[in-house]
Amino acid sequence: MNSLFTPLSWSDSGLILTGVWNTVIISVVAIVVGTILGLIVGFARSESNKVVNAVFGSLLDVLRSVPLIIQLILFSTFMGAAGSPLAPFVAGSIVLSLYTMAFMAEVFRGGFESVSPSMQTAARSLGMTKWQTIYHIRLPIGLRAVFPSWLGVSLSVIKDSALVSVIGYMELLRTSEQLISRTQQPLEILIGVGIFYFIISYPLSYYGRYVERKMAI
Amino acid sequence: MDYEFHWNVVFQNMPQLLNGAFVTLHVSVLAMLLGIVIAILLAIAKMNNTKFFSQVATVWVEIARNTPALFQIYMAYFGLGAFGIHLSPYVAVLSALVFINAGYLTETFRGGFQSIPSTQYSASKSLGMTSIQSYRYIILPQMLRRIYHPMTNQFVWSILMSSLGILVGMSELSGTTQRLQSLSFRTLEFFIVAAVMYFIITKLVLFASSLLARRLFKGEI
Repeated sequence: MNSLFTPLSWSDSGLILTGVWNTVIISVVAIVVGTILGLIVGFARSESNKVVNAVFGSLLDVLRSVPLIIQLILFSTFMGAAGSPLAPFVAGSIVLSLYTMAFMAEVFRGGFESVSPSMQTAARSLGMTKWQTIYHIRLPIGLRAVFPSWLGVSLSVIKDSALVSVIGYMELLRTSEQLISRTQQPLEILIGVGIFYFIISYPLSYYGRYVERKMAI
Repeated sequence: MDYEFHWNVVFQNMPQLLNGAFVTLHVSVLAMLLGIVIAILLAIAKMNNTKFFSQVATVWVEIARNTPALFQIYMAYFGLGAFGIHLSPYVAVLSALVFINAGYLTETFRGGFQSIPSTQYSASKSLGMTSIQSYRYIILPQMLRRIYHPMTNQFVWSILMSSLGILVGMSELSGTTQRLQSLSFRTLEFFIVAAVMYFIITKLVLFASSLLARRLFKGEI
């Protein structure tokens, strides 16, 4: 049978694996960079005065109130118009990291503010310096409290990384879309993709809920 | 940077953009309402002792929470084609959003319901209230207070996620923006305006929600 479409075959596995790898790598970059930036911004927000906080807060608010897909398109066309077009991976990593940062900053700020002031006073009265108090008291206690929320944000970043396909990054979902247009077998391919995301996401979300339950008691 | 901004073409097309914004609101409100109805049923099913019902609900919730929204939309738009079901972009995006909203809200509702101690129900029964009365006056008002903020967040999330309609050619705000920019090549201008419009929509929704909360809960939340 001669047809324009060729069915899915084993030779496609290389393409699919590249898609999987690209999804994993951009998620990891966004989570790592977003966590580091979020930690810094979150800490700055819990320390700084009201005015600085309001400015910071409204900037983060913009990142959280505009759809990721619009941010991606805007940033990559802006860089193109500015004369220095970026590769999809670079543009995608930058936008996704900043987007992650906006959520992480709030998570970490909540963590730092959950450490009671009396505990800090106690640490100071034991002769710890300001930085020792931060390093030995506020960081470990604050971070432990927000671990489940951190995991939740990270999971949503893995899922949101699918949107980077809109600026031409070949992650898993875009790879599958191309395979669909060639093979015309949407259901098999999409179910495979769904299973992949589920396998990554479900154990982590289960673990997050387990930790949350354990901490609640 | 030698890019010249031309805003005129954007303002000429403002009616179409506003129309797109209306479709965005429309689809997210509908997705939220249908999602709430299904989530109530799923939450009841999940707390049911019959294993079959609670398992169906669990599978729904876990799939909705652990796969990307874009995957759900592709599934509705391309995947269902294998069964001979061809949905329009609007229906595909709507059904994906309903599916996800229902999944997340089920957990919200279940958590909210279980956070009310069952002794309150017994107490209201002992005061002579009927079952319906004790739900209406004791359980549900307290529950609503606890699930109000998560529900608002879910609604904002649906507004933002309806922007994925751009990828299946739906004519909501993003899709309209995409179509208009491809006619005029003023990509940057159109998407800046779209971003501002999304920001305004989310802020208005949050503002309206806090006004409503003040009326509903009389400041004690």
